[in-house]
Amino acid sequence: MSLISETVALVKKEFLLEFRLRYMFNAVLVYLAGAIFICYFAFFGRGGDLSPMTWNALFWIIVLLASVNAASRSFLLERSSRHYYYYFLASPGAIILSKLIYNIVLLILMAMVGLALFTLMMGNAVQDLTMFIGITIIGASCLAATLTFIAAIAAQTQHSMTLMAVLSFPVVIPVLLILIKVSKSAIDGLERSLAYQDLMVLLAVNVITITVSYLLFPYLWKN
Amino acid sequence: MLSNSSPFAWWKILAFVLLMYGAIMGFMGNVPRMEQLGETIRNLYFHVPMWFAMTLFLLIAFAYSIVYLKTGNLKHDRIVVEFTRTGMFFGILGLLTGMMWAKFTWGAFWTKDPKLNAAAIAMLIYTAYMILRDAIADEDKKARITAVYNIFAFPAFMALIYIMPRLTDSLHPGNGGNPGFNAYDRDREMNMIFYSSILGFMLLGTWITTLRVRLRLWADKKDGLITNSIEHAS
Repeated sequence: MSLISETVALVKKEFLLEFRLRYMFNAVLVYLAGAIFICYFAFFGRGGDLSPMTWNALFWIIVLLASVNAASRSFLLERSSRHYYYYFLASPGAIILSKLIYNIVLLILMAMVGLALFTLMMGNAVQDLTMFIGITIIGASCLAATLTFIAAIAAQTQHSMTLMAVLSFPVVIPVLLILIKVSKSAIDGLERSLAYQDLMVLLAVNVITITVSYLLFPYLWKN
Repeated sequence: MLSNSSPFAWWKILAFVLLMYGAIMGFMGNVPRMEQLGETIRNLYFHVPMWFAMTLFLLIAFAYSIVYLKTGNLKHDRIVVEFTRTGMFFGILGLLTGMMWAKFTWGAFWTKDPKLNAAAIAMLIYTAYMILRDAIADEDKKARITAVYNIFAFPAFMALIYIMPRLTDSLHPGNGGNPGFNAYDRDREMNMIFYSSILGFMLLGTWITTLRVRLRLWADKKDGLITNSIEHAS
């Protein structure tokens, strides 16, 4: 089987699994909703005010935490004996590509639902909403690409949940900083062309991360 | 690596001479008088070389991670660890010398300066690398997985160095309209001391690392992890 057909088959498997065991996506949504509720009560419980700066920071922190939580399960959902089975069936490149595609789709959906919930609860601070949605999509895909690979590394250890946070936070900080900067300019409704350069950097990070993951995954995989 | 385990290898002597020259002339030499900076300009000879040296060592660690994945020889893994450690050590020294400088010129030990925070985050990335090492028991698996993380982390480190300073203005001399010393401000004497200090610290760090690698390989041999080639260690 070629790489593409293997990848397509594995992506189908991921989504089928997701559809049958619906708790994964639902768990992420409840996590998001819970976090947003906590923020809501913390800020508006006794009547308060939220500056656009804080709104932005809160939104990305919640998205980051939910993404780490969602991505960390991508290699733990199935038993390790099942991974040996895949090892015989497919090439490691197809496996990491399918996980990447699945996580990118999952996290973009999650970020969209999160954005909708967040604006509903915390009020809409964004002036250029289309731009903000675009930034969220690019940002979620960047986070997904980085976190998927970190999850693959963390899954090799016994304490993968703890290590996931330790390994991923420092690595995603550059991405997150650019995201916070561009999304702030979307919140303020600034000229869109100002953000294009930063968005190109994010896309470049995405491409580099996916390429590096594809090249390095075979070394993680062989046991 | 530089191949000579003798304490009188030419590059070790060169490191000593360059560092003595850097230290003596760094404190005694003439420096231009600049607003705000005053005598603290001498920290240029000690603070800036730390970052050059750190970047070099982390680059070598990155390169040896790739070599390890190609060869699977534990010796290369030891080189990766020790260069990362030395890199982090120089990073911490760079932060400390920078904080002292910051206290006298900017008025606080810690500021919002992007370069400062990028350096701190870089330390976090490599601390995570060390934690990952401790989390895996099997030596070969540890070496393989941490090599992968090291290769993955280095681009993030480079991104930090290039992206962070572009996001906001830095307080560093020469950035954001601060009085600075670019190549035109430094006279010939300052450049001599500056470059010899950079080269000296790089060689010193390599020396420290080769010693630690040799020590570690002896320990591995004692534990029966590596059976060959102690002679080629340094």
